[in-house]
Amino acid sequence: MTLPPFQVALESHRDDIWRLLVASVGRDRADDCFQETIIAALRGYPDLPADSNIRAWMLTIASRKAIDEHRARQRRPEPVAEGPERAFTPDLEGPGPIWDRVRDLPGKQRSAVALRFVVDLDYSDIAFALDCSPEAARRSVHEGLTKLRQDLPRELIADERR
Amino acid sequence: MSVDSAIETELNREIRAEGAEAASAAALDRAAAEGLVDVAYTIADTPIGGLLLASTERGLVCVSFHDLSGDAALEQIAERVSPRVVELPRKLDAARFELDEFFAGRRRSFEVALDWTLIDGFRRHVLQSLAAEVGYGEVASYGELATVAGKPRAARAVGTAMATNPLPIFVPCHRVVRSGGAIGNYGGGVERKRFLLDLEGASRNR
Repeated sequence: MTLPPFQVALESHRDDIWRLLVASVGRDRADDCFQETIIAALRGYPDLPADSNIRAWMLTIASRKAIDEHRARQRRPEPVAEGPERAFTPDLEGPGPIWDRVRDLPGKQRSAVALRFVVDLDYSDIAFALDCSPEAARRSVHEGLTKLRQDLPRELIADERR
Repeated sequence: MSVDSAIETELNREIRAEGAEAASAAALDRAAAEGLVDVAYTIADTPIGGLLLASTERGLVCVSFHDLSGDAALEQIAERVSPRVVELPRKLDAARFELDEFFAGRRRSFEVALDWTLIDGFRRHVLQSLAAEVGYGEVASYGELATVAGKPRAARAVGTAMATNPLPIFVPCHRVVRSGGAIGNYGGGVERKRFLLDLEGASRNR
């Protein structure tokens, strides 16, 4: 058993990596994170054991790049116009208003919710990506959802995007 | 709709992936610039069908008839050269340009560098002898090529070398024919061999 050509792996998982990043860091920052993800994946690819779950491996890299991006953003000053009462502007290119709220969750909850809902990873793969136990992964998703439920006024989500 | 199900609905809404293709292309360009691409490839359109062209930093490493070998050629490259195989057409521009000239009848020999990684030993020696000694429009028999390669009795091994040529057209195994005058076999099929010999105006023994 040998690794497939990188191009094959990339084409199989490209869209999922993209969606995960758009959800995790927003459309504006997705391009940079995507590049970082592909570069890191290519760098590590020859050393990947041939029987690896390539999809989970690539999504793990993407997830870590998203975490790096959040940390970098926290170190950068926030733009003046963006206050806590950020408007829910419909953005057809973007991932949907709920993800603005997801991005405000604590790191592990944010990553876990994105991995669970955007790319449908199971809890053992989320645990692998976040370097925690499956129970902790499940808990992070649950806590994230609980927080979204508390934070999100009903009228904001009842307003369906078109 | 409850808040819970509204949240789930929103989280499950499919996120569009339209930006992914452009982002991939940009990422691969950057990867190439950083030396992370070991093998670049493209599929070139030619009068004898799509040709997979694959190249390392050292040179062209594999040419294959895409309709016959399909993705198997890429898998072989991933296994035997490096799994860092990526579609990067511009890296094959020189080879494609020479092929275009060749098929237009304006080129009689190829100048792109060749990487012989995929073949070794006597077979490589035979193919190198072929590339050096049997020119445009000429043909040689398997036995004649065996003699040129220094092993006159190794006609059968020469046949094997031709059959496993990783660089057809650029290493012109189509110029090797049967001593009795028959056209002989070709990895890309006899029709293509005949087309190539006709293109070059090779007339002997056919």
